[in-house]
Amino acid sequence: MSVVLHPYDVRTEPEIQEPLDFNRRGELKHVDKVFKAEITNIVTLTEIDKLFHLRITDPAERERFSFKPGQFVMLELPGFGEVPISISSSPLWKGHIELCIRRAGLVTGVLHKAKRGAKVGIRGPFGTAFPLSVMKGHDVLLIAGGLGLAPLRAPIFHVNDNRADYGDVHILYGTKTPQDLLFTYQYDQWRTVYDVSLSVIVERADEGWTGPVGMITDLLGDIRVHPEHTYAIVCGPPVMFKFVCARLSQTGIPMQRMYVSLERRMHCGMGKCCRCNVGSTYTCLDGPVFDYWSVMNLKEAI
Amino acid sequence: MLFKIVTKEGFRSLVDQLLASNEVIGPRRVGVRRNGKPEHQFLPIERFEDMDLDYEKTAFSAKTYFLPFRETLSRTRFKNGDWQQEISYRVQPRALVGLHACDINALLKLDKVMLRGPFPSPYYLSRRKNTFVVGIDHDPCETGFCASLGEDTVTHGFDLFLTDLGDRYFVSIDSDRGFRVLHSVPVRDITEDDRRAYQEVRRRIASGFKVHLRFENLPTLLDIEFESPVWKKWGDKCLSCGACAMVCPTCYCYGVYERICQDFKECTKVKQLYSCNLIDFAVVAGGHNFRPTRHTRLKYRYYHQHRGFVEAYDEPKCVGCNRCGDACLAGINPPDVIRDLQAEEAS
Repeated sequence: MSVVLHPYDVRTEPEIQEPLDFNRRGELKHVDKVFKAEITNIVTLTEIDKLFHLRITDPAERERFSFKPGQFVMLELPGFGEVPISISSSPLWKGHIELCIRRAGLVTGVLHKAKRGAKVGIRGPFGTAFPLSVMKGHDVLLIAGGLGLAPLRAPIFHVNDNRADYGDVHILYGTKTPQDLLFTYQYDQWRTVYDVSLSVIVERADEGWTGPVGMITDLLGDIRVHPEHTYAIVCGPPVMFKFVCARLSQTGIPMQRMYVSLERRMHCGMGKCCRCNVGSTYTCLDGPVFDYWSVMNLKEAI
Repeated sequence: MLFKIVTKEGFRSLVDQLLASNEVIGPRRVGVRRNGKPEHQFLPIERFEDMDLDYEKTAFSAKTYFLPFRETLSRTRFKNGDWQQEISYRVQPRALVGLHACDINALLKLDKVMLRGPFPSPYYLSRRKNTFVVGIDHDPCETGFCASLGEDTVTHGFDLFLTDLGDRYFVSIDSDRGFRVLHSVPVRDITEDDRRAYQEVRRRIASGFKVHLRFENLPTLLDIEFESPVWKKWGDKCLSCGACAMVCPTCYCYGVYERICQDFKECTKVKQLYSCNLIDFAVVAGGHNFRPTRHTRLKYRYYHQHRGFVEAYDEPKCVGCNRCGDACLAGINPPDVIRDLQAEEAS
C-alpha cells in the first residue's frame, strides 16, 4: 500500500499567468524572469562612466514597462551577474531606458566592453521614487555630487516633461575635477529648454575651467531659497548629502522635504536577500529614496 | 483543529506507505556531539527505523528543504549571439517528518517573508506546498528558550502534528491533505482519557524549560544600546564564519552569482544563502563596506532578529532554538548576549 503526495505546480496559479509586471506588488509573479533588452547605443561620458541606451525587445513588455523617477532596475549580464542600477531617463519613454554606469566591478567592467546590439536582462522597476507629484506647485532644488547626477537625471527629465507644474528649478552639480562632469552635452538644453538654473562647481580646476571652484555647498549661497515652498532632491555620496542637507536645514527647509537616494548592493531588489538592510529597513523596498528625516533615524544609514 | 488518535504501529505503517511512493525526510542520528550526546540531522530515510523521533534537536534546521543552500533561479542558453532564459520551480513532493514546534514556527516566519511581502517567491511556494509536514512534540532541549518567545507550541503551518502518549500518538490535523493521508491507516476519535493524557504531556513539556529570557523590552533596548560596549565585547569574539546563519531555521539572507558551463553554451543564476556576519555582506560598488567590523555585523544580526523583524512583522525572527549558540565556535550564546544588554540597561 502506498500514499501518493500529489505534486503542486506553481504555474497553475492564475496570478503568475498574468503578463509580468513588477509594479503589481503583492501578486505572485516570475520574480527572477528578466525582460530582454538590447543595447541600442552607448555614450561615453567620462573615462569610467558610460550611458547605455536600452530598449526592451518584446514590444508588449516594452509598452507595459513603467517606472517612477528614483526607482532602480536589476541589470543582468547573463553569465556574469546582476547589479542594481538607478534609471537615468524619462518615465515617458517606457521601455526605452537609459542607465548611466560607472566601471566599478566585474559586471560593470564587462558591460563597459559591450557593443551596440548586445542583449542584457532587466528586472524591475524596484524601490521607492521621488515624490514628484507632491512637489507640484513648489520650487525644486536638484543637487548632485559626482555620479549622483545619474539618478537625478530622471527627475530632471520629469520636471521638464511637466514643466508647468513646478516653480523655480535649480540644478546644483559638483564633481572633483572638470573631467568627472557627466552629461556636459545637455547643460545648454537644460538651461535653455528646461528653463532651469544650472550651477556647476569643481573641487580642483584645470587650465580650461572658468567656472567656480569649491564644494557643492558653496553654490547654495548663490541662489535664493524660499524654504516655505521648496523641495530638495540630493543625490551623491553620503558625506556630500550629509553636508548639503545640514546646509539646507539652515535655510529653513524641513528635513521631510529633502529627499536622498541611498546606495546599497542589492542582490534581489525584493526585500529578501537582506544585503541592502540598514538597521531594520530594506533599502530596496522602503528606499532607495528616503526623506532626510527618515535617514537621520536609520542606524548606520550614512 | 481536528484531533485523532493513531497507534504507534499505525503511524509506522503510515510512514511506510509514504515511503512507498515519495521521498521522506526525518531526523537521523549521524554522529556524536562534543558533549557526548548524539547528533541528528534531517536527512532522507529509506525505512522507518532510520528515524530517531526521540531526538533532542537537529544541528541544522529543516530550512534547507525550503531554502536550499544553493538554488538555481534561472538558466540561460546562449545561441547565435542571443540568449534565452528558462525558469523552473519544479520540485518533487516529499514528506518531512519529525519537526518540533519551534521549527514549524520558523516556517511560519519564513512564510511571512517569502509569501506575504510585495514579491512572493514562487520558488519557496513550490517547495512549501510540495512538502507534507509532520510535526512532533518533545521535551525541552537543553539550551533552547523557545518558551520565552511563545514558540514552544504551534497552531498551524503543518499537515499533522503528533504528541506522544506512550503507546499512541495524539494527532492534530491542520490540512485536508493531512486528513486524507492520516486516514490511510486506522485512526479513532479522541476520548476524555486521551484529552487528559495530552494535557498532562503538555504540562510536563511546559514545565521543563531550563532557559528563561525576557524579550518584551528588547526592541527598544536594542535601539538605546546601539553604542553599548556589549557589542564590542561579544563582537571581538566573533570569527565571522557565518555558522549561526547556516544553522538558523529563519535566516534567509542570500547572495546571487552566475555560473558559466564549461562549453560556454549556458549559464545559471544561482542563489546561495549568506550570512550578515561574513565580512563582505554590506560591501557596495567601489569597495566601501557599511559594516566593516565584526561587532557591527554581530550587532546587525541581533538587530534584524529582535528589532527589525519585530517592526516588520510584530514578532521576533528568532524561535529560540539556540542552534546558533550551540554551533558557535567562539562561544557566543544569544541568552548571554541578551542578558548582558539587559544588565547594561539596569546599570
